[in-house]
Amino acid sequence: MNPVELRGVGYAYGEGALRRQVLRDVDLTVTAGEVVLLTGPSGSGKTTLLTLIGALRAMQEGSARVLGQELSDARESARVGLRSRIGFIFQAHNLLGFLTAAQNVAMALEQDGSLNDSQRKARARDLLAAVGLADHAHKVPAQLSGGQRQRVSIARALAAAPGLVLADEPTAALDKVSGHEVTQLLRNLAKERGVPILLVTHDPRILDIADRIVAMEDGRIITTAKA
Amino acid sequence: MSVARPAPGLLRASGLALRLAARQLWSEKARLASAIAGVMFACVLVFMQLGFRSALFDSATALIGAMRGDIFLMHPTTTASFRPEALPRVRAWQTLALPEVERAVPVYLAQATWRNPENGTRRAIQLIGVDTDAGVLEFPGLAPLREALKRPDTVAFDVRSRPEFGDIASLLRAGPLSVEVGQRDVDVVGLIEIGPSFGADGNLVLSEVNFRRLVKERQVSSVDLVAIKLVAGSDIRATQARLRALLPPDVAVLTQAELLAHERAYWEEATPIGFIFAFGSLMGLIVGMVIVYQILFSDIAGHLKEYATLKAMGYSGFYLSRVVLGAALILAVAGFVPGLAVSTFLYDLVGSATFLPLAMTVPLAAGVFAMIFTMCAVAGLLATRKLRDANPADMF
Repeated sequence: MNPVELRGVGYAYGEGALRRQVLRDVDLTVTAGEVVLLTGPSGSGKTTLLTLIGALRAMQEGSARVLGQELSDARESARVGLRSRIGFIFQAHNLLGFLTAAQNVAMALEQDGSLNDSQRKARARDLLAAVGLADHAHKVPAQLSGGQRQRVSIARALAAAPGLVLADEPTAALDKVSGHEVTQLLRNLAKERGVPILLVTHDPRILDIADRIVAMEDGRIITTAKA
Repeated sequence: MSVARPAPGLLRASGLALRLAARQLWSEKARLASAIAGVMFACVLVFMQLGFRSALFDSATALIGAMRGDIFLMHPTTTASFRPEALPRVRAWQTLALPEVERAVPVYLAQATWRNPENGTRRAIQLIGVDTDAGVLEFPGLAPLREALKRPDTVAFDVRSRPEFGDIASLLRAGPLSVEVGQRDVDVVGLIEIGPSFGADGNLVLSEVNFRRLVKERQVSSVDLVAIKLVAGSDIRATQARLRALLPPDVAVLTQAELLAHERAYWEEATPIGFIFAFGSLMGLIVGMVIVYQILFSDIAGHLKEYATLKAMGYSGFYLSRVVLGAALILAVAGFVPGLAVSTFLYDLVGSATFLPLAMTVPLAAGVFAMIFTMCAVAGLLATRKLRDANPADMF
């Protein structure tokens, strides 16, 4: 079974005359360990698609099976449960400003009842070491550079051993060099762990990390190409 | 492929939520300090209001509480001891018909003006006229003065009266002391302890005869209170019932506890004083609640993205509510502890300045903590509504 299987997904914002269809009949499959880039002009519906797969929005049309969980008609509690098995990386790092890097990473593990505090700390240290921030574990986000913060958020996204990583323009706030470094790091770590990635981006500089590029326009998938 | 992992138990998850709340509060120390100061302020305000309230009610009954009697007779329309309705003295003698009654002692109450022997100012003082030999009003210090009080124009002065009556204790040590009370000069022969109340700033105890010398318009046959001492081993309740059957309905037959409750009820219900203090306490709690709400609300509003991120990471709305409530409860405890310390200090300070009995007791502290806790919890619950604005779908 594939981590992500979408069949005929549609989505519209608004009601009546203001109704705006942003997704039409989208079929998409992400296979195990695959890195898929989702590109397209703004308004093409790629971010909405990402929020549906991430169980952040309720489904309207079609069927979506994510990590074995059917999302059409899924209850809020089922969606909340699914989210804890997905690693999210946002445009902004969205780290908690009052927590250190290590504590931020450990937040992803606090939902796992089988771990105790010292296990969480050890896991957080391992992850920070994997993103090259072993010496920065005790710094708060304000003391880190933009690239370092985004690397902390990669560590956080991967900490709970997710079945899928969803990333939305993770390089938007970064310069060319650190943007490329960060995405390369994300790709390598995901590949090591066999975690599939679905990454939304406009950024042509990072297309080389993809196994497959999916282009969207006007709510539809127009091309899908092997990179 | 990842599978669903067991969620932490309710208790552990709540502990983690509390720790997150503590870290968040600690990260903004200025905001934390102002929140704690707000809770502390509410705490001190409530303590002072409740302290004054209970001091008032305690002191209002200081006179009655100091009297030793098993049963009291009072006019049914007497509202409070500082403003008594007279009842026929013969009712006292009628009670002696019962074998259980050992003694029935009339008590005369009135107020007169006392001229401060130091500076000549005049002030109303409570007179308590009683057969001082009868052993019903065993105020501390009265026993050695019994013989002296039998002499004409003698009084015993309540040493805990307000200082405006003069420093009688020092003057008395210096030599015999004569003071103008009403239209007469009386000799202060000694000191007793009763304590001031809202109805009377000071007290004088004197014999029946001396009372009538000072309060000439009083009929000997009208008394204000009758204190009854029962034969040892008598059933107070049964005797009370028998006295009610025996006496006409122009007297109320009360145990000491009932008389205390009656006196207290006057101040609580017949005057707005109880309401004023309750209102003051409520205002303190509302101000504290608004402060805590503001702090929590702005904390959430300032961290909406972070809260939305936590929701995206699979944290439930219930978990985030517990973070906010945890912050509220931390503020409750962190504000209460210094509030209790400051209030204890103020109780001593105000108690010695006003001579009102302000006492910090465990039930009072526990009660105020419950109020502060509730105040913070309500503020926290109101603030959690802001969490709905943290929508993880808006994060992308």
